[in-house]
Amino acid sequence: MKLEENITLPVIAINNLSKSFGSNIVLKDFNLNLYKKQNLVVLGKSGSGKSVLIKCIIGLLKPDKGSIEVFDKNLPDLNDLELDKIRAKVGFLFQSNALYDSMTVRENLEFPLRRHWIKHNQGEVEQLVTEALNDVGLLHTIEMMPSELSGGMRKRIALARTLILKPDIILYDEPTTGLDPITGKEIIKLMIDIKKKYGTAALIISHDMNCVKMAADKIVILYEGKCYAEGTYNELTENNDPNVKQFFE
Amino acid sequence: MSQAILLKSFFEETGKTFRFILRFLLQWFKPRYEVAEFFRQCYVIGYKSLPLIGLTGFIMGLVLTMQLRPTMIEYGVESQIPIIVAISIVREIGPVITALIFAGKIGSSIGAELGSMKVTEQIDAMEVSGTNPFKYLVVSRVMATTLMLPILALLSDAISLYGAYLGVNIKGDTSFTLFWTQIFDSLSFNDVLPAFIKTYFFGFAVGIIGCYKGYNSNKGTEGVGKSANSAVVLSSILIFILDLLAVQITDLLGFN
Ligand SMILES: Nc1ncnc2c1ncn2[C@@H]1O[C@H](COP(=O)(O)OP(=O)(O)O)[C@@H](O)[C@H]1O
Ligand SMILES: [Mg+2]
Repeated sequence: MKLEENITLPVIAINNLSKSFGSNIVLKDFNLNLYKKQNLVVLGKSGSGKSVLIKCIIGLLKPDKGSIEVFDKNLPDLNDLELDKIRAKVGFLFQSNALYDSMTVRENLEFPLRRHWIKHNQGEVEQLVTEALNDVGLLHTIEMMPSELSGGMRKRIALARTLILKPDIILYDEPTTGLDPITGKEIIKLMIDIKKKYGTAALIISHDMNCVKMAADKIVILYEGKCYAEGTYNELTENNDPNVKQFFE
Repeated sequence: MSQAILLKSFFEETGKTFRFILRFLLQWFKPRYEVAEFFRQCYVIGYKSLPLIGLTGFIMGLVLTMQLRPTMIEYGVESQIPIIVAISIVREIGPVITALIFAGKIGSSIGAELGSMKVTEQIDAMEVSGTNPFKYLVVSRVMATTLMLPILALLSDAISLYGAYLGVNIKGDTSFTLFWTQIFDSLSFNDVLPAFIKTYFFGFAVGIIGCYKGYNSNKGTEGVGKSANSAVVLSSILIFILDLLAVQITDLLGFN
């Protein structure tokens, strides 16, 4: 791992990122690198700015300061089309799934295919939808509405929609929060399988230690807007700093 | 003190609403145009409110006629009932009642729909899927409400007048042709056109306020309910204010 990090360039490189809302300073000089095929977990308490961080990476929020380089392009400098091209390569799994209520599962999955700048013909669309649903084991729900699905199934469908463009990076915003432990584990396994199958890099935001233990190649602790500590799971369990320790108890 | 805060938040809110309208105008003529979504919204918005607007229009026409009747008989102008009814419906009651019903039905549903899309991150999801959510959701809806309300108001006028025809015939006796000839002879361009034009503004108000409230909804299910509710209240008030402005403007332009 270490060696690989040294010889390849990061796919996401964040330098001195700062973001505040009014007087509420959320991120302050935050730094992070994500490498190819790496599962990086960002650990932080609720309200510590994890979602803000991940939304800056996909360009949903504009940083006040600092650079966010995704595939060597600095996001704040991009125009709409360039941003769209980056977004097609970066999947985002939303904390609340963000499935479109008024559309069927099929239409939900087709949406990114039909809307992004790359055009697909009908046959390709069909095939990609089927493949993505097979990856999450839910092909039989294709004509259902999101409201007819259970929480775990909705998460899987959301994941299928994220996968459909074959992204090189996937950003997971608290993928197991709100799910029971067993369903949560299934989702984590699915995330690991996806990484194996497609070789994607993943930035996972979480405070679920199960998820961290199973999925993380490396962990970054976000505390007071900064990258407070980083290391592997084993390295961090041996850290005696109380702000690190609290996560591993 | 609390009044000062109230006043401040009122002006802030007004400012934000105007900025939202400005954003609409800027986005409106820039490509890409969400044509399919616009037609879908026209269908949904127009079709959904048709039965309700038809029913209320019919009752308004019928009841208005029956209520006017005793007074008209007292003054000995019973034969003028169709004209009085037609003028009040076409000029004022039709457009305003239709717009209010429309605000209750469509304004609230837009507020709730966009509000829940906002809080469940569906709007963000659209944005990362190569879609400008403002165009896709807001521009298409506002254009649909703006274009559909005038059509609905015209339909409501026609159904109201039919209700009035039945109302006239409950106690009196007028032939169908006589009734309509009387109405069309008395209605002038000045009665119809300003009333028709103002419904475009009513439709715009309902759409833009519903979208504004939904798009800026607060987190949580409570926020969604609030958006829907304040969308109806605000757009209803706005309809009356626009109505007031419309009568002044037509007056100034000499359309009476
Ligand atoms: N759009 C926004 N406007 C204002 N404040 C925000 C916004 N998004 C997040 N915040 C604030 O930023 C802080 C971090 O939020 P968030 O990133 O959602 O936390 P979490 O780590 O639980 O995901 C919170 O204090 C929140 O109130
Ligand atoms: Mg969050």
